[in-house]
Order: sequence, then structure tokens, then C-alpha cells
Amino acid sequence: MRRFLAGFAAIAAALIATTQPAAACAGLIGPNGAVNLLRTTTFAGYHDGVEHYVTSFQFAGGSGQFGSLIPLPGIPDKVEKGGAWTLQRLIRETTPVTLADSLKRLSLNAASASAQVLMEVRIDALDITVLKGGGAEVGQWASEHGFRLPPAAPEVLDFYANRSPIFLAAVFDADAAKARGQQIGDGTPVHVTIPTANPWVPLRILGLGKNADDRIDADVYLLTDQRPALLPYPFANGMSLQHSAVATNSLLDDLRSDKGMGWIPRSGWLSKIAIDASASQLSYDLAVDAKGTSPSRVAAGLQAPAKQTGPTNDRPSSDQIALIGIALASFGAIFLLRKSQSVVG
Amino acid sequence: MIIRTLVALALAALAASACTTASAAQLTTHVAIRIHYSHFDQTKIDVPVGVPITFTLINDDPIDHEWLIGDEAFHARHRAGTETVHGDRPNEISLPPFSVKTTTLTFDKPGPLTFICHFPQHEAYGMAGVVVVKP
Repeated sequence: MRRFLAGFAAIAAALIATTQPAAACAGLIGPNGAVNLLRTTTFAGYHDGVEHYVTSFQFAGGSGQFGSLIPLPGIPDKVEKGGAWTLQRLIRETTPVTLADSLKRLSLNAASASAQVLMEVRIDALDITVLKGGGAEVGQWASEHGFRLPPAAPEVLDFYANRSPIFLAAVFDADAAKARGQQIGDGTPVHVTIPTANPWVPLRILGLGKNADDRIDADVYLLTDQRPALLPYPFANGMSLQHSAVATNSLLDDLRSDKGMGWIPRSGWLSKIAIDASASQLSYDLAVDAKGTSPSRVAAGLQAPAKQTGPTNDRPSSDQIALIGIALASFGAIFLLRKSQSVVG
Repeated sequence: MIIRTLVALALAALAASACTTASAAQLTTHVAIRIHYSHFDQTKIDVPVGVPITFTLINDDPIDHEWLIGDEAFHARHRAGTETVHGDRPNEISLPPFSVKTTTLTFDKPGPLTFICHFPQHEAYGMAGVVVVKP
């Protein structure tokens, strides 16, 4: 059986530009907003037809509830608390010197409503809901649950729903985090297990809620059985390949020793794709062909999916995507504001 | 979805109405404005002065929008506004997801008036248009 591992740590720097974190966060905060969204790191791995997705939501203080939505390539089998050091270890693998600066991730969550609720899970101060529906249904669900979506959300939700009608909504309850004794900067790792045929990484979603000139900085870590083929290629529009090599045994051993990470294979290829783009440049996603041949233009967002003529299959097709951490990174950017009535003009 | 179907039917009916009116009089007195992907489908509308103008506002998005029409001073106030929801003022219409609302306004003097959605980022995203009141 084809084995392949795709992973990535996405970083929402976009949402949280390190150069001016306060300003970058400001757009994510509601009128009553006291919660700051920090950086989110994510790892996605693919092995034996199953996508493993690990990200972390970081408590940044404040109160109230915040949320966001993430497009998924398929219906998760399981959503559970993730291991404690997987994300940190990945960052150290490619940026060992700056390890001390790397761990600021965070936050998220979201929701939706007239969509079909497939799964609900509580992890620490996070309420996670897996939804199935079109962009309109998922957007309406979010609106009905108190989220104020940015103006680009309707189009972007349709963009993703046309490829996979599965979304993960997460709500971060800052009050619950405080009650649990979480300190600012504490992360809650989440591990999502998704059967799928081939992975892709949603990058376009990182720009959601951003102004056209806002910078998006993110790191995507991919771990595959062999050197993958990626699309868009050649890299441009703010995307660059910063690391591409056989994964070291020490990295794989370390990852495998973390909670829930026993699925990590014995060998693999580690790629790191860095995103440093303006929001207006991010009109694409990252498609990955684990076999190293021909990534899907549909998965990369370069071509619209063919219209479905038959009943929807819950199992993703080969063109469907493997979820993505980056989307998680963009959580905050996507749909925010819960429990705070929006203030209109 | 039933709501979307109703919205589509309402839009078609109003479009037909608007066309009829426009051909009968130089300027229309019935205007249908559809919101889709956070954009108004009409951004410049000519209407006659001193005549009741009926606006049918169709929000085809799964998110909240609003339609506020007025002069620059009016919009300056709303950009810094703190109202959670707009009431029954005919020039300030809140539009929940997939909703259709109608309002009638009579403009008493010629000139341009802008209509804008003042939810955060919506104006910058392009949710603005102008009604030109013609003598």
C-alpha cells in the first residue's frame, strides 16, 4: 500500500505578523475584543490513506469566545487532544537556532449551523465541531452561532466547499481557558485523523479577513514517503521551498514518541514551504502529489472542480485534498467573534 | 434551499418590475439590489427627485449585511457607529443572511447619495454604491 506522510506546520504569522503583532491581531478582535490571537502551528501527515493533522491553539488572554472554520478534505474519524511536542520538534528541525522564538501559536475556533453536524468534541477550552455542507450552509451555521464572518467569507467558503463539503469549526473559550488555569501562550494541541487520498494545503484561506496589502507569513511542513511533486510550481507569488531532504531518523523518532503519533513511518521526505506574500497574492493552495508525479490543479485552486453528477461520496476522491494546517493557522482570520453582538455602523 | 429559491424568485419578479417601470418612465421607481459575495450587484442607480422609490434588498449571502444610504456626514457617523442593529429607519436597513427587505424613500433634492455596508471591512471590500437623484 502506498505510504505517504504529509505534514506541515502552518503558521499564522499572517494573522499575527511578527513585526507588528498587535496590529495584525487587531483585525481579528471584536468591538469588545480583549482576546489576541497569536500564532498557530500545524503539522499534517499522511500515511496509509489517512491524514493526521496536528495543530495547536494558543491562549492569548482576554475573555469571551472566538472561533473559526477550516476546510477539510474528508470526514474525520477522530478528533482528539494532540501530543505535546510534535509541533515544536518540527520547527526545530528546520529552524533550530530560532527555536526559542518559535512557539507562539494559538487560538481559534468557530462554528456553523444549518450544515450537518457530524462530530462534536471538547478538548480543554476548545469546542470543535465537524460540519458537512455547502459554503452557504456552513456560513449560515456560523452566522447563527454568533460568528461575524469577514466579507470575503461567502466566496471563499464556496471555493472550498466545491472541493470538499467538510469543515471543522472550533470555538476557543477564553473564559474556560482562564478557569482551567491556562496562561497566556499556553497551547492546546489538537490531532485530527482524516481518511483521504491525497493531501493539499489551503493557503488562500490565510488571506481571509485580511486587507489586500497585509502580509501573510506561514510555514508549511510536509512529510511524505518520497520527494513530493508540488503545485503551484515553479514557486512564485510569495511561496518558496526552504527545505527539501530526507527526514532524519531523529526527527521521525521524536515525532513518533509523542502522544498519538505512533503512525509516523520509518522513513520519509521532509519539505518546508514558506509563505511570505500579500493577502492579494494568495489566490492559490498547495497541492501535493505524494507519488511525486502530477499534483492536482483543482487541489491547488488553479482550476475549478468538475460539476458532480452523481451522489456525493463521503470518501474523498483522489483530487480531494488533505486538509491543512494552514487553514487552522488562519482560523482567527476567518470567522471570528462569538458571544459579542456585532456592532454595526 | 427554500430561502434561496424564494430570494431568486423575488429577485426575478423585482427585476421584471424594475424594467417595466424604467421603460414607462425615464427613471425607475422600483429598484432591486442583490448582495452576493459581499458586493452589491448595482453600484450606480439613477432615480427621480420627489417620487417614492421602493428598494428591494436581497441578501444572498450567509452573513449579515446592511444597506445604509445618506450623505457623507451620515456615513461618517456610521463608520464610528455603535448601534448593534438598525431599527425602522427607512434609510438604514439591517439584512440578516438570506433575507429580503423592502424600504421606500423619497428624495427631496437632487444629487448623489451613497449606500454602504458599514460592517467591519465591508466598505473596503467594495460594498458601496451611489444613488443619483435626478431633477
